[in-house]
Amino acid sequence: MPHDQETSPAAVTAPVSVRLSASELAAVRGNRQVFAGVSFSVTAGELMAVTGPNGAGKSTLLRLIAGLLPPSAGEVSLVPVGEEKIGTRLHYVGHRDGLKPSETVRRNLQFWARLWGGGDVEPALAALALERLAELPVAVLSAGQRRRAALARLLLVERPLWLLDEPATALDAAGEARLGHLIGAHLAAGGMAVVATHLDLPVKPTATLALRTA
Amino acid sequence: MIAAMGLIAMQTARLSFRHGGGAFVGLVFFLAVVTVVPFAVGPDLRLLARIGPAVLWIGALLATLLGLDRLFRDDHDDGSLDLFVLADLPLELTVLAKCAGAWLATGLPLVVATPVLGLLLGVPPAPLALTTATLLVGTPALTLIGAIGAALITALGRGGLLVAVLVLPFTIPVLIFGVSATALGGPVAVTDPLLILVALTLISAVVAPLAAAAALRGGLD
Repeated sequence: MPHDQETSPAAVTAPVSVRLSASELAAVRGNRQVFAGVSFSVTAGELMAVTGPNGAGKSTLLRLIAGLLPPSAGEVSLVPVGEEKIGTRLHYVGHRDGLKPSETVRRNLQFWARLWGGGDVEPALAALALERLAELPVAVLSAGQRRRAALARLLLVERPLWLLDEPATALDAAGEARLGHLIGAHLAAGGMAVVATHLDLPVKPTATLALRTA
Repeated sequence: MIAAMGLIAMQTARLSFRHGGGAFVGLVFFLAVVTVVPFAVGPDLRLLARIGPAVLWIGALLATLLGLDRLFRDDHDDGSLDLFVLADLPLELTVLAKCAGAWLATGLPLVVATPVLGLLLGVPPAPLALTTATLLVGTPALTLIGAIGAALITALGRGGLLVAVLVLPFTIPVLIFGVSATALGGPVAVTDPLLILVALTLISAVVAPLAAAAALRGGLD
Protein backbone atom coordinates (compact mmCIF):
# COMPACT_ATOMS: atom_id res chain seq x y z
CA MET A 1 0.00 0.00 0.00
CA PRO A 2 1.63 3.19 -1.15
CA HIS A 3 -0.31 5.38 1.25
CA ASP A 4 1.09 6.26 4.66
CA GLN A 5 -0.20 4.55 7.72
CA GLU A 6 -0.90 7.70 9.69
CA THR A 7 -4.52 8.41 10.44
CA SER A 8 -4.45 12.20 10.40
CA PRO A 9 -7.56 13.68 8.74
CA ALA A 10 -5.46 15.42 6.07
CA ALA A 11 -4.14 12.08 4.85
CA VAL A 12 -7.61 10.99 3.86
CA THR A 13 -8.13 13.88 1.46
CA ALA A 14 -4.63 13.79 -0.03
CA PRO A 15 -4.22 12.35 -3.51
CA VAL A 16 -3.02 8.79 -3.11
CA SER A 17 -1.35 8.51 -6.45
CA VAL A 18 1.39 11.13 -6.13
CA ARG A 19 4.73 9.61 -6.92
CA LEU A 20 8.16 10.88 -7.80
CA SER A 21 10.28 8.47 -9.72
CA ALA A 22 13.64 8.63 -11.40
CA SER A 23 15.28 6.04 -13.60
CA GLU A 24 18.94 5.68 -14.47
CA LEU A 25 19.72 9.34 -13.75
CA ALA A 26 23.18 10.59 -14.57
CA ALA A 27 24.73 13.99 -14.15
CA VAL A 28 27.84 15.58 -15.59
CA ARG A 29 29.26 18.80 -14.13
CA GLY A 30 32.08 20.36 -16.05
CA ASN A 31 33.67 17.30 -17.62
CA ARG A 32 33.25 15.16 -14.55
CA GLN A 33 30.67 12.43 -14.19
CA VAL A 34 29.09 13.17 -10.80
CA PHE A 35 26.84 10.14 -10.58
CA ALA A 36 25.20 7.65 -12.93
CA GLY A 37 22.49 5.01 -12.80
CA VAL A 38 20.55 6.56 -9.94
CA SER A 39 17.00 5.22 -9.71
CA PHE A 40 14.46 5.71 -6.96
CA SER A 41 10.79 6.13 -6.28
CA VAL A 42 9.07 8.15 -3.60
CA THR A 43 5.33 8.09 -2.91
CA ALA A 44 2.92 9.93 -0.66
CA GLY A 45 4.04 10.16 2.94
CA GLU A 46 7.61 9.11 2.23
CA LEU A 47 10.81 10.91 3.05
CA MET A 48 13.93 10.02 1.14
CA ALA A 49 17.25 11.10 2.58
CA VAL A 50 20.06 11.62 0.10
CA THR A 51 23.41 11.06 1.78
CA GLY A 52 26.99 10.97 0.65
CA PRO A 53 30.30 12.77 1.05
CA ASN A 54 30.92 16.29 -0.24
CA GLY A 55 30.95 16.36 -4.02
CA ALA A 56 28.94 13.16 -4.36
CA GLY A 57 26.18 15.11 -6.14
CA LYS A 58 23.50 15.55 -3.49
CA SER A 59 22.72 19.13 -4.47
CA THR A 60 23.03 18.29 -8.14
CA LEU A 61 20.47 15.51 -7.75
CA LEU A 62 17.98 17.88 -6.11
CA ARG A 63 18.47 20.51 -8.82
CA LEU A 64 18.03 17.81 -11.42
CA ILE A 65 14.74 16.68 -9.88
CA ALA A 66 13.52 20.28 -9.78
CA GLY A 67 14.34 20.70 -13.45
CA LEU A 68 16.93 23.41 -12.79
CA LEU A 69 19.57 21.27 -14.48
CA PRO A 70 19.09 18.81 -17.33
CA PRO A 71 20.16 15.22 -16.61
CA SER A 72 22.82 13.85 -18.95
CA ALA A 73 20.88 10.57 -19.01
CA GLY A 74 17.70 9.14 -17.54
CA GLU A 75 14.52 10.90 -16.56
CA VAL A 76 12.50 12.20 -13.64
CA SER A 77 8.73 12.09 -13.48
CA LEU A 78 6.27 13.45 -10.99
CA VAL A 79 2.92 11.62 -11.20
CA PRO A 80 0.19 12.75 -11.76
CA VAL A 81 1.64 14.34 -14.87
CA GLY A 82 0.02 17.74 -15.16
CA GLU A 83 -0.14 20.51 -17.70
CA GLU A 84 1.72 22.83 -15.36
CA LYS A 85 5.47 23.06 -14.94
CA ILE A 86 7.03 20.59 -12.50
CA GLY A 87 8.42 23.63 -10.69
CA THR A 88 4.93 24.66 -9.58
CA ARG A 89 4.34 21.33 -7.86
CA LEU A 90 7.43 21.37 -5.68
CA HIS A 91 9.21 23.53 -3.16
CA TYR A 92 12.95 23.85 -3.55
CA VAL A 93 15.06 25.15 -0.68
CA GLY A 94 18.69 25.29 -1.74
CA HIS A 95 21.92 26.57 -0.22
CA ARG A 96 21.11 30.08 -1.34
CA ASP A 97 18.16 31.31 0.63
CA GLY A 98 16.40 33.37 -2.07
CA LEU A 99 15.89 36.28 0.33
CA LYS A 100 16.50 39.94 -0.51
CA PRO A 101 18.84 41.31 2.19
CA SER A 102 17.43 44.84 2.13
CA GLU A 103 13.80 43.81 2.53
CA THR A 104 12.07 42.70 5.68
CA VAL A 105 11.30 39.04 6.37
CA ARG A 106 7.60 39.73 5.99
CA ARG A 107 8.08 41.49 2.67
CA ASN A 108 10.24 38.70 1.33
CA LEU A 109 7.60 36.13 2.21
CA GLN A 110 4.75 38.30 0.94
CA PHE A 111 6.47 38.62 -2.43
CA TRP A 112 6.55 34.87 -2.99
CA ALA A 113 3.12 34.32 -1.45
CA ARG A 114 1.62 36.72 -3.98
CA LEU A 115 3.64 35.37 -6.89
CA TRP A 116 2.57 31.82 -6.08
CA GLY A 117 -1.05 32.79 -5.49
CA GLY A 118 -0.85 32.00 -1.80
CA GLY A 119 -2.55 33.81 1.04
CA ASP A 120 -1.55 35.14 4.41
CA VAL A 121 2.08 34.88 5.53
CA GLU A 122 1.26 34.94 9.27
CA PRO A 123 0.89 31.15 9.71
CA ALA A 124 4.26 30.61 8.03
CA LEU A 125 5.90 33.25 10.23
CA ALA A 126 4.37 31.68 13.32
CA ALA A 127 5.35 28.12 12.40
CA LEU A 128 9.02 29.10 12.29
CA ALA A 129 8.90 31.51 15.25
CA LEU A 130 9.68 34.49 13.05
CA GLU A 131 7.00 36.87 14.36
CA ARG A 132 9.46 38.98 16.32
CA LEU A 133 11.86 39.15 13.37
CA ALA A 134 9.20 39.87 10.74
CA GLU A 135 9.88 43.59 10.46
CA LEU A 136 13.67 43.30 10.39
CA PRO A 137 15.61 43.42 7.12
CA VAL A 138 17.03 40.02 6.25
CA ALA A 139 20.54 41.53 6.16
CA VAL A 140 20.67 41.79 9.97
CA LEU A 141 19.51 38.21 10.65
CA SER A 142 21.84 35.43 11.74
CA ALA A 143 22.46 32.44 9.48
CA GLY A 144 20.00 30.26 11.41
CA GLN A 145 17.32 32.94 11.34
CA ARG A 146 17.76 33.34 7.59
CA ARG A 147 17.41 29.61 7.14
CA ARG A 148 14.18 29.70 9.09
CA ALA A 149 12.91 32.51 6.87
CA ALA A 150 13.80 30.44 3.79
CA LEU A 151 12.03 27.41 5.25
CA ALA A 152 8.93 29.53 5.95
CA ARG A 153 8.39 29.65 2.18
CA LEU A 154 7.47 25.95 2.32
CA LEU A 155 4.24 26.87 4.07
CA LEU A 156 3.11 29.72 1.80
CA VAL A 157 1.44 27.42 -0.67
CA GLU A 158 0.81 23.71 -0.46
CA ARG A 159 2.84 21.61 -2.87
CA PRO A 160 3.21 17.82 -2.91
CA LEU A 161 6.99 17.59 -3.20
CA TRP A 162 9.61 19.25 -1.02
CA LEU A 163 13.24 19.30 -2.11
CA LEU A 164 15.43 20.38 0.78
CA ASP A 165 19.16 20.83 0.46
CA GLU A 166 20.83 20.57 3.89
CA PRO A 167 17.78 22.16 5.57
CA ALA A 168 19.15 21.87 9.11
CA THR A 169 22.32 23.86 8.40
CA ALA A 170 22.82 26.61 11.00
CA LEU A 171 19.61 25.73 12.82
CA ASP A 172 19.66 25.47 16.64
CA ALA A 173 17.99 22.62 18.51
CA ALA A 174 14.63 24.41 18.63
CA GLY A 175 14.88 25.21 14.92
CA GLU A 176 15.65 21.60 14.11
CA ALA A 177 12.64 20.47 16.12
CA ARG A 178 10.44 22.90 14.19
CA LEU A 179 11.86 21.62 10.91
CA GLY A 180 11.11 18.06 12.01
CA HIS A 181 7.58 19.07 12.90
CA LEU A 182 7.07 20.73 9.48
CA ILE A 183 8.35 17.72 7.55
CA GLY A 184 6.30 15.36 9.71
CA ALA A 185 3.11 17.34 9.09
CA HIS A 186 3.84 17.51 5.37
CA LEU A 187 4.31 13.75 5.14
CA ALA A 188 1.25 13.07 7.26
CA ALA A 189 -0.79 15.15 4.82
CA GLY A 190 0.30 12.91 1.97
CA GLY A 191 3.29 14.95 0.84
CA MET A 192 6.69 13.74 -0.28
CA ALA A 193 10.13 15.01 0.62
CA VAL A 194 13.62 14.46 -0.70
CA VAL A 195 16.25 15.80 1.67
CA ALA A 196 19.95 16.02 0.97
CA THR A 197 21.89 15.86 4.21
CA HIS A 198 25.00 14.59 5.88
CA LEU A 199 23.55 15.04 9.35
CA ASP A 200 20.86 13.03 11.10
CA LEU A 201 17.44 14.34 10.21
CA PRO A 202 14.94 15.26 12.92
CA VAL A 203 12.46 12.94 11.16
CA LYS A 204 13.31 9.34 10.42
CA PRO A 205 13.58 8.85 6.65
CA THR A 206 11.59 6.03 5.05
CA ALA A 207 14.35 5.47 2.52
CA THR A 208 17.95 6.49 2.09
CA LEU A 209 19.77 7.02 -1.15
CA ALA A 210 23.52 6.90 -0.64
CA LEU A 211 25.57 8.60 -3.34
CA ARG A 212 29.26 7.79 -3.67
CA THR A 213 31.95 9.87 -5.23
CA ALA A 214 32.42 8.52 -8.72
CA MET B 1 -0.05 36.87 -14.91
CA ILE B 2 -0.19 40.66 -15.20
CA ALA B 3 -0.35 40.88 -11.41
CA ALA B 4 2.73 38.66 -11.08
CA MET B 5 4.63 40.78 -13.61
CA GLY B 6 3.63 43.96 -11.78
CA LEU B 7 4.84 42.44 -8.54
CA ILE B 8 8.24 41.57 -10.02
CA ALA B 9 8.57 44.97 -11.71
CA MET B 10 7.82 46.80 -8.47
CA GLN B 11 10.26 44.64 -6.52
CA THR B 12 13.01 45.32 -9.07
CA ALA B 13 12.34 49.07 -8.96
CA ARG B 14 12.20 49.11 -5.17
CA LEU B 15 15.44 47.17 -4.79
CA SER B 16 17.34 49.40 -7.20
CA PHE B 17 16.72 52.36 -4.88
CA ARG B 18 17.95 50.39 -1.86
CA HIS B 19 21.43 49.96 -0.40
CA GLY B 20 23.32 52.08 -2.92
CA GLY B 21 21.45 50.49 -5.81
CA GLY B 22 22.21 51.75 -9.30
CA ALA B 23 19.22 54.05 -9.67
CA PHE B 24 20.68 57.23 -8.17
CA VAL B 25 24.18 56.52 -9.44
CA GLY B 26 22.88 56.48 -13.00
CA LEU B 27 21.18 59.82 -12.58
CA VAL B 28 24.29 61.40 -11.03
CA PHE B 29 26.43 59.95 -13.81
CA PHE B 30 24.07 61.46 -16.40
CA LEU B 31 24.39 64.82 -14.69
CA ALA B 32 28.19 64.49 -14.61
CA VAL B 33 28.50 63.69 -18.32
CA VAL B 34 26.24 66.56 -19.35
CA THR B 35 27.93 69.14 -17.11
CA VAL B 36 31.45 68.17 -18.13
CA VAL B 37 30.89 68.58 -21.87
CA PRO B 38 30.60 72.42 -21.86
CA PHE B 39 33.98 72.59 -20.08
CA ALA B 40 35.53 70.49 -22.81
CA VAL B 41 33.82 72.19 -25.75
CA GLY B 42 34.16 75.76 -24.51
CA PRO B 43 31.61 78.52 -24.08
CA ASP B 44 30.28 78.41 -27.66
CA LEU B 45 26.53 78.47 -27.02
CA ARG B 46 25.54 77.81 -30.63
CA LEU B 47 27.77 74.76 -30.83
CA LEU B 48 26.47 73.48 -27.49
CA ALA B 49 22.88 73.97 -28.58
CA ARG B 50 23.60 72.02 -31.76
CA ILE B 51 25.35 69.06 -30.11
CA GLY B 52 23.14 69.21 -27.00
CA PRO B 53 20.66 66.47 -28.00
CA ALA B 54 23.55 64.14 -28.92
CA VAL B 55 25.26 64.78 -25.57
CA LEU B 56 22.02 64.09 -23.73
CA TRP B 57 21.57 60.86 -25.64
CA ILE B 58 25.12 59.65 -25.01
CA GLY B 59 24.77 60.49 -21.32
CA ALA B 60 21.49 58.61 -21.08
CA LEU B 61 22.91 55.64 -22.98
CA LEU B 62 25.93 55.28 -20.68
CA ALA B 63 23.91 55.91 -17.53
CA THR B 64 21.39 53.22 -18.51
CA LEU B 65 24.02 50.61 -19.30
CA LEU B 66 26.03 51.32 -16.14
CA GLY B 67 23.24 50.25 -13.82
CA LEU B 68 22.34 47.05 -15.61
CA ASP B 69 25.02 44.62 -14.45
CA ARG B 70 23.08 43.83 -11.28
CA LEU B 71 19.75 43.25 -13.04
CA PHE B 72 20.02 39.45 -12.73
CA ARG B 73 23.25 38.99 -10.78
CA ASP B 74 21.69 39.69 -7.37
CA ASP B 75 18.88 37.24 -8.11
CA HIS B 76 21.41 34.64 -9.17
CA ASP B 77 23.61 35.16 -6.12
CA ASP B 78 20.82 35.04 -3.54
CA GLY B 79 19.00 32.12 -5.16
CA SER B 80 15.85 33.98 -6.23
CA LEU B 81 16.65 33.18 -9.85
CA ASP B 82 16.13 29.45 -9.17
CA LEU B 83 12.68 30.23 -7.79
CA PHE B 84 11.86 32.47 -10.76
CA VAL B 85 12.84 29.65 -13.13
CA LEU B 86 10.62 27.20 -11.22
CA ALA B 87 7.66 29.59 -11.01
CA ASP B 88 4.55 29.36 -13.12
CA LEU B 89 5.27 32.66 -14.87
CA PRO B 90 7.46 31.98 -17.95
CA LEU B 91 11.01 33.23 -17.42
CA GLU B 92 10.69 35.42 -20.52
CA LEU B 93 7.88 37.39 -18.87
CA THR B 94 9.85 37.58 -15.63
CA VAL B 95 12.71 39.13 -17.62
CA LEU B 96 10.32 41.58 -19.28
CA ALA B 97 8.91 42.54 -15.89
CA LYS B 98 12.39 43.03 -14.44
CA CYS B 99 13.29 45.24 -17.42
CA ALA B 100 10.16 47.31 -16.82
CA GLY B 101 11.13 47.69 -13.16
CA ALA B 102 14.70 48.62 -14.04
CA TRP B 103 13.50 51.19 -16.54
CA LEU B 104 11.13 52.75 -14.00
CA ALA B 105 14.04 53.11 -11.57
CA THR B 106 16.78 54.22 -13.96
CA GLY B 107 15.35 55.15 -17.39
CA LEU B 108 12.39 57.24 -16.32
CA PRO B 109 14.39 59.52 -13.97
CA LEU B 110 16.79 60.22 -16.85
CA VAL B 111 13.89 61.25 -19.07
CA VAL B 112 12.51 63.49 -16.33
CA ALA B 113 15.93 65.09 -15.79
CA THR B 114 16.52 65.74 -19.50
CA PRO B 115 14.61 69.07 -19.78
CA VAL B 116 16.58 70.47 -16.84
CA LEU B 117 19.95 69.27 -18.08
CA GLY B 118 19.12 70.49 -21.59
CA LEU B 119 18.94 74.01 -20.18
CA LEU B 120 22.54 73.66 -18.99
CA LEU B 121 23.54 73.00 -22.59
CA GLY B 122 21.38 75.84 -23.95
CA VAL B 123 19.29 73.55 -26.15
CA PRO B 124 16.30 75.50 -27.57
CA PRO B 125 12.81 74.44 -26.40
CA ALA B 126 11.67 72.62 -29.55
CA PRO B 127 14.69 70.28 -29.93
CA LEU B 128 14.74 69.83 -26.15
CA ALA B 129 11.12 68.66 -26.15
CA LEU B 130 11.96 66.29 -28.99
CA THR B 131 15.02 64.96 -27.18
CA THR B 132 12.93 64.27 -24.10
CA ALA B 133 10.31 62.50 -26.23
CA THR B 134 12.88 60.37 -28.07
CA LEU B 135 14.51 59.41 -24.79
CA LEU B 136 11.12 58.41 -23.42
CA VAL B 137 10.61 56.16 -26.43
CA GLY B 138 14.20 55.00 -26.80
CA THR B 139 15.51 54.30 -23.28
CA PRO B 140 13.27 51.20 -22.88
CA ALA B 141 15.10 49.74 -25.89
CA LEU B 142 18.44 50.47 -24.19
CA THR B 143 17.32 48.71 -21.01
CA LEU B 144 16.00 45.73 -22.95
CA ILE B 145 19.10 45.31 -25.12
CA GLY B 146 21.22 45.76 -22.01
CA ALA B 147 19.26 42.99 -20.30
CA ILE B 148 20.61 40.48 -22.82
CA GLY B 149 24.14 41.49 -21.85
CA ALA B 150 23.23 41.41 -18.17
CA ALA B 151 21.87 37.87 -18.53
CA LEU B 152 24.99 36.69 -20.38
CA ILE B 153 27.24 38.23 -17.74
CA THR B 154 25.24 36.54 -14.99
CA ALA B 155 25.51 33.21 -16.80
CA LEU B 156 29.27 33.65 -17.10
CA GLY B 157 29.66 34.72 -13.49
CA ARG B 158 31.25 38.05 -14.35
CA GLY B 159 30.15 41.55 -13.54
CA GLY B 160 30.97 45.20 -13.60
CA LEU B 161 31.54 47.26 -16.70
CA LEU B 162 31.64 44.24 -18.99
CA VAL B 163 27.90 44.61 -19.62
CA ALA B 164 28.34 48.15 -20.94
CA VAL B 165 31.27 47.16 -23.17
CA LEU B 166 29.44 44.10 -24.49
CA VAL B 167 26.16 45.83 -25.19
CA LEU B 168 27.32 49.23 -26.44
CA PRO B 169 27.77 48.20 -30.12
CA PHE B 170 24.22 46.85 -30.26
CA THR B 171 22.74 50.09 -28.97
CA ILE B 172 24.22 52.16 -31.80
CA PRO B 173 21.09 51.92 -34.02
CA VAL B 174 18.98 53.22 -31.15
CA LEU B 175 21.44 56.08 -30.66
CA ILE B 176 21.50 56.97 -34.37
CA PHE B 177 17.74 57.11 -34.79
CA GLY B 178 17.23 58.69 -31.41
CA VAL B 179 19.54 61.60 -32.18
CA SER B 180 18.43 62.03 -35.78
CA ALA B 181 14.82 62.31 -34.61
CA THR B 182 15.82 65.48 -32.76
CA ALA B 183 17.34 67.21 -35.82
CA LEU B 184 14.63 69.73 -36.69
CA GLY B 185 15.08 71.24 -40.15
CA GLY B 186 17.51 68.52 -41.12
CA PRO B 187 17.56 66.54 -44.39
CA VAL B 188 14.92 64.04 -43.19
CA ALA B 189 11.60 64.59 -41.48
CA VAL B 190 11.66 63.99 -37.73
CA THR B 191 8.82 61.46 -37.83
CA ASP B 192 10.72 58.86 -39.89
CA PRO B 193 13.55 58.21 -37.40
CA LEU B 194 11.06 58.54 -34.55
CA LEU B 195 8.94 55.74 -35.98
CA ILE B 196 12.01 53.58 -36.50
CA LEU B 197 12.96 54.27 -32.88
CA VAL B 198 9.52 53.09 -31.76
CA ALA B 199 9.96 49.98 -33.90
CA LEU B 200 13.37 49.28 -32.34
CA THR B 201 11.87 49.49 -28.86
CA LEU B 202 9.00 47.16 -29.78
CA ILE B 203 11.29 44.65 -31.47
CA SER B 204 13.66 44.59 -28.52
CA ALA B 205 10.69 44.09 -26.17
CA VAL B 206 10.07 40.82 -28.00
CA VAL B 207 13.60 39.63 -28.75
CA ALA B 208 15.41 40.65 -25.58
CA PRO B 209 13.27 38.64 -23.11
CA LEU B 210 13.66 35.52 -25.27
CA ALA B 211 17.42 35.93 -25.56
CA ALA B 212 17.98 36.90 -21.93
CA ALA B 213 15.81 34.04 -20.62
CA ALA B 214 17.72 31.56 -22.78
CA ALA B 215 21.02 32.89 -21.44
CA LEU B 216 19.79 32.68 -17.84
CA ARG B 217 18.56 29.10 -18.27
CA GLY B 218 21.84 28.10 -19.85
CA GLY B 219 23.76 29.67 -17.01
CA LEU B 220 22.04 27.83 -14.16
CA ASP B 221 24.56 25.94 -12.09
